[in-house]
Amino acid sequence: MPTSLVTSNSLLAIDVGAANTRAVLFDVIEGEYRFVASGVAPSTAEAPYKDVSEGARNAIDALQKILQKTLLEPAGRSLIMPSQPDGSGVDSLVLTISAGPAVRTLVVGLLKDVSLESARRLTESTYARILDTLSLGDQRKPDQQIDSILRIRPDMVVIAGGTDGGASRSVQKLLEPIGLASYLMPDEKRPAVLYAGNEKLVEEVKSLVGSLATTLHFSSNIRPTLEVEDIDPAELELAQMFVTIRKKQLKGLDVLDLWAGGHTLPTSYATGRMVRFLSNVYGFNKGLLSVDLGASSAVIAAGFSKKSVLKTYPQFGLGENLVGLLNFTTVDDILRWSTLDIPPSVIVDYLHQKSLYPGTIPATKEDLVIVQSVAKQALYLAMQAARKDFPKDAAFIKPTLTPLFDPIIAGGATLSDASRPGQSLLLLLDSVQPVGVSTVILDQNNLMPMLGAAASQNNILPVQVLESGAFLSVGTVISPVVTTKYGASILKAKITYENGTEANVNLKYGFLEMLPLASGETARITIQVSRGVDIGFGPGSGTKNMPITGGALGIVFDGRGRPLDLPADPVRRRELIKKWNWTLGGG
Amino acid sequence: MLAPVHHVIGLTTIVRERLLPISGDVIARLQQKVTAGEVVAETRWSREHALLDVARILGVSPAAADKLIKCKVDDQVTASAEIAVGRGMFPKSVRAPKDGRVVAVGGGQVLLEVGETKIELRAGIPGTVVEVIPNRGVVIQTSGGLVQGVWGNGRVDAGLLINLMEGPETVLVPGRIDVSLRGSIILGGMIRTAETLQALAELPARGLIASSIQPSLLSKAREMRFPILVTDGVGAFPMNTAAYKLLSTNAKREVALNAEVFDRYTGARPEVFIPLPISSEPPLPNEVEVFAPGLQVRMRRPPAMGMIGSIVSIKPGLTILPSGLRAQAAEVKLENNETVIVPLVNMEVVG
Repeated sequence: MPTSLVTSNSLLAIDVGAANTRAVLFDVIEGEYRFVASGVAPSTAEAPYKDVSEGARNAIDALQKILQKTLLEPAGRSLIMPSQPDGSGVDSLVLTISAGPAVRTLVVGLLKDVSLESARRLTESTYARILDTLSLGDQRKPDQQIDSILRIRPDMVVIAGGTDGGASRSVQKLLEPIGLASYLMPDEKRPAVLYAGNEKLVEEVKSLVGSLATTLHFSSNIRPTLEVEDIDPAELELAQMFVTIRKKQLKGLDVLDLWAGGHTLPTSYATGRMVRFLSNVYGFNKGLLSVDLGASSAVIAAGFSKKSVLKTYPQFGLGENLVGLLNFTTVDDILRWSTLDIPPSVIVDYLHQKSLYPGTIPATKEDLVIVQSVAKQALYLAMQAARKDFPKDAAFIKPTLTPLFDPIIAGGATLSDASRPGQSLLLLLDSVQPVGVSTVILDQNNLMPMLGAAASQNNILPVQVLESGAFLSVGTVISPVVTTKYGASILKAKITYENGTEANVNLKYGFLEMLPLASGETARITIQVSRGVDIGFGPGSGTKNMPITGGALGIVFDGRGRPLDLPADPVRRRELIKKWNWTLGGG
Repeated sequence: MLAPVHHVIGLTTIVRERLLPISGDVIARLQQKVTAGEVVAETRWSREHALLDVARILGVSPAAADKLIKCKVDDQVTASAEIAVGRGMFPKSVRAPKDGRVVAVGGGQVLLEVGETKIELRAGIPGTVVEVIPNRGVVIQTSGGLVQGVWGNGRVDAGLLINLMEGPETVLVPGRIDVSLRGSIILGGMIRTAETLQALAELPARGLIASSIQPSLLSKAREMRFPILVTDGVGAFPMNTAAYKLLSTNAKREVALNAEVFDRYTGARPEVFIPLPISSEPPLPNEVEVFAPGLQVRMRRPPAMGMIGSIVSIKPGLTILPSGLRAQAAEVKLENNETVIVPLVNMEVVG
């Protein structure tokens, strides 16, 4: 990148999370943008602080101390912006936010399997909890619908329905109970409304619910025809609506938004934008997957050749919502990932305690095992849910498995704070269950959403930061799809390093193997697979002299098959997981 | 680093805002002395509505139906009252299905509010009303001992505190509950069975202060008519010694139990309040602290979960924990004289 293209502007990115607030400085070093440092402080959305700007100031203060550079004015209240000749301050700021309770949402669509489904998919792009749905197929009477809306007190109503030029009376009928229920609510409790349906009805929507909504937002029809779904424009509108709702709910966010010049985005949306951006810039042959497992939610963002998918699941977050995880899974399913014989009651107690104190971390080995087991199951459930909305034309080895993704980027405290990259990788392999050949990257500083937010202001910055080594390359993972006998040979690989030396591996079913290849190094790999084994080149087909990149763990061969089938016997299962952990250096 | 604070204080001044969820009438007056169970504000809330589609029933246009509707907004109607009558020799009529109030009329429809519920806001603590917030509630101030909990079932009451705990690890069993405890607030330890709750309900008790409760009993605990406050957690945890000492030494005193549902965003927490005579007003408790040597802290995660200790020193930089994670940490001397290294995020200041 020529230096002349880089405007020498520093950028501060703040991410207000449920547990922690991070302040990250990006600046131009030797003509290119670099991640400089990051300061972290506990978030202050909750009582007794009840002001998110306090946590942001504390995070900036921590960053100041690391950098030995002044960013805040002497009283510590305001940010110095733009940067001053004495080196203090920053030139611009972007803000992302995931803190706060999941937004209570009513989803409305004309037809249950068409527009209602599209509206649901749209709603899942942000930190929302769908508490009720309305559609023409709803068997309840209008007064029962009104009572339900009053009971759930939605912060937000997302309405889709009616193909362009299609039904109008039916949509009006659906809007009536919403308008009446809003009319009955106190002004300050009325919901924000997003309408993304038949565009001819915009004026009628304004007259039916306009005066009764705190804010009324419009977006292009997400279901312009029965066959076409176009969610992207509405996702941005929904993101902006989310920020508006949060500004009402969380004190101090308006101050930070002012600092950011209105460049505030939901963290998950910013991650999704980064995934789209990277897909466009790099044009990956396979899909690009980003998984972020945080306290507020699990976020799955996937970029495919023609489509991107963004899924935000507060119900699978590892913070205050954790106690609700048992509505989606069982303690036994969590315990199947454990290397220790832990009584089920300990898991239940842990879920309750962690919900109560989302900012706490595992201090003991046993506690870490519990955290990892819960995290695996939460991410596994998130992936299973997201997979339903991946495009049918994505590259698959089998449609029932995870599509082919390369690279896979993992973030969030549990994944990126893991003491050893091997632990993070095993968490990812077990929950995401990638197939074929994938490069795995850890976003140790949780930069993805910040870069996504920065991309709107500066499209050079994310690319240069990404290529500067701010992310930790874990390595390349080769995951054959096969089902056979435990111990049967499924793959033979030969790696030829740049210096001409070679290393071989004979992968057996049920085993994990590793070959060293340092970060930044490349090699060539030749793979021969047994009959029926598929690594993305077709059953029984291998590859010759394929370039491959290294990482902290080098090349990892996951011979455990897909879908991963753990032994039913708990003793044998725990031994195997321990062995896999050791193989990857996870301890 | 900022430290969360969990109040267990022998004597302090407490100021609590008590607000209705929706606007209503404030009954209490400025400077009025109130008891914990006294109603300070009330309002009405209807959870049920009836939408009468007059136009459809009478077979006329919405505009025509509007002219036939006999009631207007805010009218009280009784069950079977005539809402609208059609025209013709044998006119159809539309009647109210239940007693209620008209809340909207228009577009050929009438919306009735039926099944109104009265919401009463109780003071929660005994004290003096120091501020009236019009249509919403009051601010109450008082002085005494304060113990905060982590879970509450949303109910409020006051009564004599009876200690059934022999130590912080006591499990309350139904056999310990007898008729002499009727009308008392029970300091009860761990709750492990539904039978224990049932025995307390049958007395009935005025309230329960538990150290912990089994997760499977939470829904039953929510149904109980008396307040239940849990001091330490959901599961099987002994009572932290700070809370145990303060509560057990105040046995046989009148206490107020406001088992408010914990809300991390508003700061609402279940609380036990022990009114005490004072000669001068004690200071307000600190809501925010910064971790520092000498502070009394409570562990929120293993090891030593629930134990009370005192910070000896804050470790410089990041400390590698036995789990392998790196975090800011402190050296803490526990009550049993054992010294442990605890990440700061796993502690809360008690005081």
